[in-house]
Amino acid sequence: MIPASFDYVAPTSVAEALTALAEAGDDAKVLAGGQSLLPILRMRLNAPEKVVDLGRIEELRGVREDGDHLVIGAMTTYADALASAAVSEHAAVLHAALKEVADPQIRHRGTVGGALVHADPAGDVGAPALALGTEFVITGSGGERTVAASDFFQDLFETAVAEGELLTAIRIPKHTGWGGHYEKFVRVAHQWSIVAVAATVRVDGGTIAEAAIGLTNMGSTPLRATAVEAALVGASASDEAIREACAAAAEGTDPPSDLNGSADYRRALAPVLTRRAVLAAAGG
Amino acid sequence: MTAVDDRPAGAAPEIGRDRRRKEDQRLITGRTKWTDNIVLPGMLHLAMVRSPVAHATISNIDVEEAKAASGVVAVITGADIKDTQGAIANAWPLSAEQKTPGHLPMAVDRVACTGEIVACVVARSAAEARDAAELVDVDYDELPAVFDAREAMKDTVLVHPDLGTNKSDFWKLDSAEAGTGGNVDEAIATARESGIVIEREYRNQRLIPAFMEPRSTVVDPTGEQITIWTATQIPHILRFLIAATTGISEAKIRVIAPDVGGGFGGKLQTTPEEFITLAAARRLGKPCKYTETRSETMVSCHHGRDQWQKLTLAATKDGAVTGLKVELLADLGAYAAILGGGVPVLGAWMFNAIYKFPAYQFNCQTVYTNKTWVDAYRGAGRPEATFGIERIMDELAAEVGVDPLEIREKNWITHEEFPFTSVAGMTYDSGNYEAATARAKELFGYDGLRREQQERRDRKDPVQLGIGVSTFTEMCGLAPSRILGALNYGAGGWEHAAIRMLATGKVEVVTGASAHGQGHETAWSQIVADRLGVAFEDVEVLHGDTLVAPRGLDTYGSRSLVLGGEALVRAADKVIEKAKPIAAHLLEANADDLEFMAGRFGVKGTDKGLTLGEIAMATWTSHVFPEDIEPIIDSEATFDANTFSFPHGTHLCAMEVDTETGASTMRAYVAVDDIGTVINPLIVAGQEHGGIVQGVAQALWEEAVFDENGTLVTGSFVDYTLPTAADTISYVTDHTTTPSTTNTLGTKGVGEAGTIASTPAVVNAIVDALRPMGVNDIVMPCTPERVWSAIQTAGSDTAGSTTDNAQPHFESGAANQDDPGSSAEGADR
Ligand SMILES: Cc1cc2nc3c(=O)[nH]c(=O)nc-3n(C[C@H](O)[C@H](O)[C@H](O)COP(=O)(O)OP(=O)(O)OC[C@H]3O[C@@H](n4cnc5c(N)ncnc54)[C@H](O)[C@@H]3O)c2cc1C
Repeated sequence: MIPASFDYVAPTSVAEALTALAEAGDDAKVLAGGQSLLPILRMRLNAPEKVVDLGRIEELRGVREDGDHLVIGAMTTYADALASAAVSEHAAVLHAALKEVADPQIRHRGTVGGALVHADPAGDVGAPALALGTEFVITGSGGERTVAASDFFQDLFETAVAEGELLTAIRIPKHTGWGGHYEKFVRVAHQWSIVAVAATVRVDGGTIAEAAIGLTNMGSTPLRATAVEAALVGASASDEAIREACAAAAEGTDPPSDLNGSADYRRALAPVLTRRAVLAAAGG
Repeated sequence: MTAVDDRPAGAAPEIGRDRRRKEDQRLITGRTKWTDNIVLPGMLHLAMVRSPVAHATISNIDVEEAKAASGVVAVITGADIKDTQGAIANAWPLSAEQKTPGHLPMAVDRVACTGEIVACVVARSAAEARDAAELVDVDYDELPAVFDAREAMKDTVLVHPDLGTNKSDFWKLDSAEAGTGGNVDEAIATARESGIVIEREYRNQRLIPAFMEPRSTVVDPTGEQITIWTATQIPHILRFLIAATTGISEAKIRVIAPDVGGGFGGKLQTTPEEFITLAAARRLGKPCKYTETRSETMVSCHHGRDQWQKLTLAATKDGAVTGLKVELLADLGAYAAILGGGVPVLGAWMFNAIYKFPAYQFNCQTVYTNKTWVDAYRGAGRPEATFGIERIMDELAAEVGVDPLEIREKNWITHEEFPFTSVAGMTYDSGNYEAATARAKELFGYDGLRREQQERRDRKDPVQLGIGVSTFTEMCGLAPSRILGALNYGAGGWEHAAIRMLATGKVEVVTGASAHGQGHETAWSQIVADRLGVAFEDVEVLHGDTLVAPRGLDTYGSRSLVLGGEALVRAADKVIEKAKPIAAHLLEANADDLEFMAGRFGVKGTDKGLTLGEIAMATWTSHVFPEDIEPIIDSEATFDANTFSFPHGTHLCAMEVDTETGASTMRAYVAVDDIGTVINPLIVAGQEHGGIVQGVAQALWEEAVFDENGTLVTGSFVDYTLPTAADTISYVTDHTTTPSTTNTLGTKGVGEAGTIASTPAVVNAIVDALRPMGVNDIVMPCTPERVWSAIQTAGSDTAGSTTDNAQPHFESGAANQDDPGSSAEGADR
């Protein structure tokens, strides 16, 4: 379908982009990879006066290492992040999740930043970002601020990024030597997660020394399975021990009911998928 | 005698060769004439205003703001074109008593389903038309609406208040009354005493024919004839129905189906959009174009299936079926579409399938609901029937305690018994179910998989293995005119072909079939190349334009090859017949001394001869021609069949079911189809693979879901989960061949076979995996949640006991029912 008409600007720096946003007030929309925004515009669910395209801002692209952090520019595409050796080495669970996003065409267009700001609870990068304790770098007219993952995701499609602000980068504490796995459950391959589990663990001599578990689509934001995390630490990396520790995966969640599954069904899936994710993460 | 036998000695035959499709380069690159690619000078664009409510009277339409918007030329409402817009016809009333609501392309004072068109905006650009369409202000006075066919049967809420009932018609075939078999009620009563009775209710869910090219229509009203380009399967029928319902002379209408990107039955319709674009173009005197968005396709192209089936199967204790009673409730949606109730009624001859049932009764009740209208979708009536019978034959096998293939073998028609007249009165010409089944078992590794299944059961593997069987037949080649006439169908079923021999030796083939992705251009070229002995490359196939190919009944129901191919063979034979006396004259020989081989008339015993190309040139110049011979060797032929064509096959499917999540994954799929002579194995494989995945999709993924307000919840591909290649495995396809005896080439249809066969194979496999847990049905699509719920609620000790399982189970709360609330809530992504 044809979107309603809008003005289009494509600034080449973050400063210019912020100015363009400030000028348009609440009638502006930021365009990253467009894989969520364009369907919304084409179905006329939103009709902004102005679209500010971040596609030409070089400083927002790419993955770099900064001491014990990985820094991923907001405009880095899924495909570029997936190809980064630093991501697979220091953030294995994110690498695993990126492989599961949509299809190759969308991974070449969609961006890590766009996905995080869009904050679809069924999106695949929120849970690994949360599990990895990611910091979100947000830039506005007042300058730059950093928000912890636990404060970034606020509600369905809502984040700490305010109007007129941009997410410019994410900073991920390096999880070098941690295994990671993303267990995504879908009906057809190109679908958003019905439920997914991002598990990353550090195994030391057959025992799980540290564990972080993020849940996708088990509530209005990505969630940490804290009860499971606590039960895993100190447990042996065996089938039986992991099964037991993961039984509580649905604790404290509030999953949706929709065509793909009722809330009860999702609650039943969570422990199964968590067990599979942790087992795979511990094995790798 | 077949074309293959006539083949010139030495030349490699075209028939049977896996030629790459001639048409693919232009189709795949898009460098061709899709309707939406057509741009005419001064052309205007339409945007439709559609009803967001399921049932309402239209109390007012304010068009002023839209009219004043930028680029808008006109805003048209139903009242404006009330008497001139024509009508959407139902060509197949089941009887003279059928209740048929009037169906206007643009609603005038009442809408009966969401998506119905109430106005349209005509503007200079498509974007301006869309913008202005948002400004049309329609007041709806909502009326009560009914969406569930069983609820509609009560007639408490009426879909069309003026009809006084929601029941459209009732249609029955009874073998005792027809004299084709015994009394089914007696058979059931006897079985209740001393045999086995299996009662089941099955649901064939509503589907959306997701053709790749959205529908598009361009109408040019300038000049003496009106030209209509449209993405349709049925240009000829559209032309007829426009003439019949608008009063425009048929001779003033030219319909062109240019390259059309798929249909699957979804473009076997005369659509409101076509009539409205025509009305706008005539009103404004300017070319007009309308192209739908995918969101519009989803709600406004006709939907498919939507049937509730109640089956009662009677058998002896050892599994010999003694009778089958079928009671169908078919949901037509808001209107009787072009085939309408005819689609479910096609099941009348198919529920008995490949079996020798002594008694049979088929009952079909059609009913209206306030939802998108329903019509043919790949298979049309036969997949529903095949699903029902193949599912219940598995239940019988489980009850008797034998392998599902054994129960089929006990009941099927053996190859020595052909031609065989079925209990429904159809005569099957040929087939060999034993051979297809043996081959399928071998390719599948049936015994090995059964062993693995047992091992997994024994070790309580969380991933269980199930094996599903579908031994199907179908009736295709729609259809013998005589039979259609007897069924009140509004048209014939013949097909036409013409061959034009050009002076340069090229051959133009004109066919009345209207391909929309099937590969007719390639297959037809192969047939003509063999028959006339000309080069494959020299044959050009023309179709889909009522001026170029004036006679034809188009493409649907796996009819093109079995009817159009036979017409083509006959036209080719006439060319040879006409050329012969000319050759004799030119060669100064006696016609009896000529023999036609490899495209050349040779004088027996000499090296003298003339090719067809040379004769075509000589005919064109006509310099040396006898006075009594007309200087033309072009020819045409119309073919009407005596009966349908009956392809059959055995499909075997292995599914792995993850009992922890309910997810089902296909492990192996083998299809051995008997479709008679194969013209092009590559095209056939394409039809089989595509057909199978479409049937698998019904089993596993697709369903059109409406909410409690009659809004289509699965209105985009986010929620209507259409599979992609990533969701499928590579199917193994093979053939056994018993040529059809009803056409010269020995062909049977293949366009729908895969879809008809595969759905029950998949569901049977999933049920087979879970049967030891006490599961005997999963409602389609077998979503992971439904499978998981069935496992949770099944009692493992009732396995196989028919008395416990025989109850109808459509009531909410029953083992395989969804929580009614959960399916109504749509994802709003
Ligand atoms: C067919 C299809 C299948 C998909 N399947 C999946 C899937 O399986 N899993 C999955 O996770 N996702 C899936 N997606 C969504 C996809 O991942 C999107 O790309 C992603 O959600 C948004 O990223 P984007 O770069 O395209 O952002 P855009 O669509 O350009 O923007 C999304 C939103 O974020 C805002 N925004 C973007 N960047 C910034 C920024 N730097 N600062 C502030 N605001 C910003 C925009 O204004 C907009 O509101 C699918 C999409 C499609 C079309």
